[in-house]
Amino acid sequence: MNWDIIIKYYPQLLEGALLTLKLVAVSGIIGVMLAVPMALLRASPSPWVRVLPFCFIYFFRGTPLLIQIFLIYYGASQFEAVRDSVLWVVLKEPYWCAIIAFTLNTAAYSAELFRGAIQAIPKGELEAADAFGMDWLLKTRRIVLPRAFGIALPAYGNEVVLMLKSSALASTITLMDLTGMARTIQARTYTPVELFTAAGFIYLLMAGVVIGLFRFMENRFNRYQYYKPNVDQMGVDKP
Amino acid sequence: MIDLHGFGHLLLAGTWVTVKLALVSLFFGLIFGLLGASAKLSKYKFLRWMATGYTTIVRGIPELLIVFAIYFGGSALLMSVASLFGYEDYIEVNPFMAGVAALSIAFGAYATEVFRMAILSIPQGQWESAQALGMTPAKTFSRIILPQVWRVALPGLGNLFQVLMKDTALVSVVGLQDIIRQASTAVSSTNEPFTFYLAAACIYLVLTAFATAGTLWMERACTPQARYKG
Repeated sequence: MNWDIIIKYYPQLLEGALLTLKLVAVSGIIGVMLAVPMALLRASPSPWVRVLPFCFIYFFRGTPLLIQIFLIYYGASQFEAVRDSVLWVVLKEPYWCAIIAFTLNTAAYSAELFRGAIQAIPKGELEAADAFGMDWLLKTRRIVLPRAFGIALPAYGNEVVLMLKSSALASTITLMDLTGMARTIQARTYTPVELFTAAGFIYLLMAGVVIGLFRFMENRFNRYQYYKPNVDQMGVDKP
Repeated sequence: MIDLHGFGHLLLAGTWVTVKLALVSLFFGLIFGLLGASAKLSKYKFLRWMATGYTTIVRGIPELLIVFAIYFGGSALLMSVASLFGYEDYIEVNPFMAGVAALSIAFGAYATEVFRMAILSIPQGQWESAQALGMTPAKTFSRIILPQVWRVALPGLGNLFQVLMKDTALVSVVGLQDIIRQASTAVSSTNEPFTFYLAAACIYLVLTAFATAGTLWMERACTPQARYKG
């Protein structure tokens, strides 16, 4: 192990880590915004409404992310119409292509998670909302979404960690994320062991922070699950 | 219909490489998973500690980084070992081997958790009754526990195999001639990236559909009680 190499290139690796975080954060936020309506459609009772999100989810969950990135980054340039349109401003940038690919990918995976959460809401709560005369919109806003959020939170935390890991694929379309940075530097210095260990360490650290963050959120939003009344001090309520 | 300009056979050759890579990695990954799960449930603290380190590290870093580390780091490591014996030439790791190593390590880390949960789901009484019949722990594990673990673990392993199938795409980055690599070759001579990458994506969809069907069939095959109708 040559520690000097790691110390020398650490600032650059951190710069790459920053890009990784940016990719994950931007595509994660847009992905959730797409996933929520898709999950609602997917949980609909009508098969005609379900079919479109189903095809989208099936395609993005059934193919490798690498292919999706290539399809968007290289594939879009095949069509004259795309190259002449305003879209090309966005689609010629590897950064935006990576964002689009990650967004659609994570939207597909999270939509499936959210659908599971929506369907896991106890039926009685929805019936109670109906009994209060809530219409679909009010019921969705006040009951379904807040409940589904709590149920989906732990699984969504996993999805974010997976997204952090798959963001390494951005390096295949010339982006200088953490993996790309490590790969570029090692091509210059021929010290793969040192650089990939250092990069792996930073990834572990980031994954740890994400896991900690979600655990904190779960403790806050799903507090009722962890709530233990202090029976001893209340004295009277002891069963 | 999609016009493949006569590159269809290349894609098929790539598909075969992908399938081989996935199956070989599955085999070694299952071994890693079983070893990891046994270590996690072992009574020796050191083994438990090792297995926890393995799953934590592997599940926290990207698969692509593992592929790179094994492909580039492996050749650096082999060269430094070889230089001790006076061999100074450049040694290149075979991308297929590097791919198998990386993917089975990654698969094994997730499979460890699946196997651990499955082993824990077998009631303790079965261990005790096997012991009462005079079976050694190793025999109990292979004859009593493992056949039942298999059944509990199958759905989880099926999901992991889907992930593995898609992760094989990563090995194309270090030069393995799999579906994606062959599609890129076709792209560079026809200049039709969308067509070929879409074709590659469709092949993956077919492969994952087959994997799902295979898992469902195996699940049915090993749960006779689910097939029994009155």
